[in-house]
Amino acid sequence: MSNFHFLLTAWIAVWAVFFGYELSIASRIARLREEVDRLKQQLREG
Amino acid sequence: MKTRIPITLLIAALLFFAGYAALFIAPDEATMHQIQRIFYFHLSSWMAMFTALSLAFIANVAWLVTRQPKWDWLGVSSVEVGVVSCTAGLITGVLWGRPAWGIWWTWDARLTTCFILWLLYISYLILRGLIEEPQRRATLSAVFGIFAFLDAPLVYVSNRLWRTQHPSPVIFGGQDSGLDPTMGKVLMICMAAMLGVAILVLIDRYRLERLRHELDELRLAADFRAANSNSAVTKGAL
Repeated sequence: MSNFHFLLTAWIAVWAVFFGYELSIASRIARLREEVDRLKQQLREG
Repeated sequence: MKTRIPITLLIAALLFFAGYAALFIAPDEATMHQIQRIFYFHLSSWMAMFTALSLAFIANVAWLVTRQPKWDWLGVSSVEVGVVSCTAGLITGVLWGRPAWGIWWTWDARLTTCFILWLLYISYLILRGLIEEPQRRATLSAVFGIFAFLDAPLVYVSNRLWRTQHPSPVIFGGQDSGLDPTMGKVLMICMAAMLGVAILVLIDRYRLERLRHELDELRLAADFRAANSNSAVTKGAL
């Protein structure tokens, strides 16, 4: 059991890396979506 | 998009089960005991990385042949997912190495080729950030991506070709290799879960790249319209 903290850290690190990345993608998509909608609106209004 | 939620839930359930299986179902390894369980997500990370980088290689070649933007989007998306998986593999390796070998890191053939692979693909992403013109960016990064991929098979064969601190392969490693059947099943479940996560992330990353392209086109249209209306005003004034 003495090495359990290494196992736990590795487990957390793997999912932190993947979920952190997914969150960054989601936030970038939301920002771009907002910009796309704004430009579409602007082009529609002429 | 309708199938996205059930698929995500399915992968989340698989992920939960994979974690449970790796920690509680897989048998204890004779020499390393608990710490060997890192193996299940360490190897799964590398498998996800090899899959993503192979896809990136195919996309890079396809871009150079067809010049269709979708291949460039797939190329950069796969590289990013590959880099994330490689980072997870390196971190778990370091955290396994310390209790198993007594050192965090050593410059043996396997670890060094992995680190070089990670650096090469980080360079790929930096290179893309430095080039503004889309066609040129796609072509240069595709060529660099193909060059970077040359290191991937070297990583795979490194501990077969050279004596390394990293253990010899347990899968496809010859006569003396092999896994306990339960360990093998748990590994398969973990690999499926990790691959599922990587595919979900890749789909989102591809959507992001497509959205960037759409935004660039809208900006061009907006600029074009603004330029036209300015020239109309000038002509009217004359």
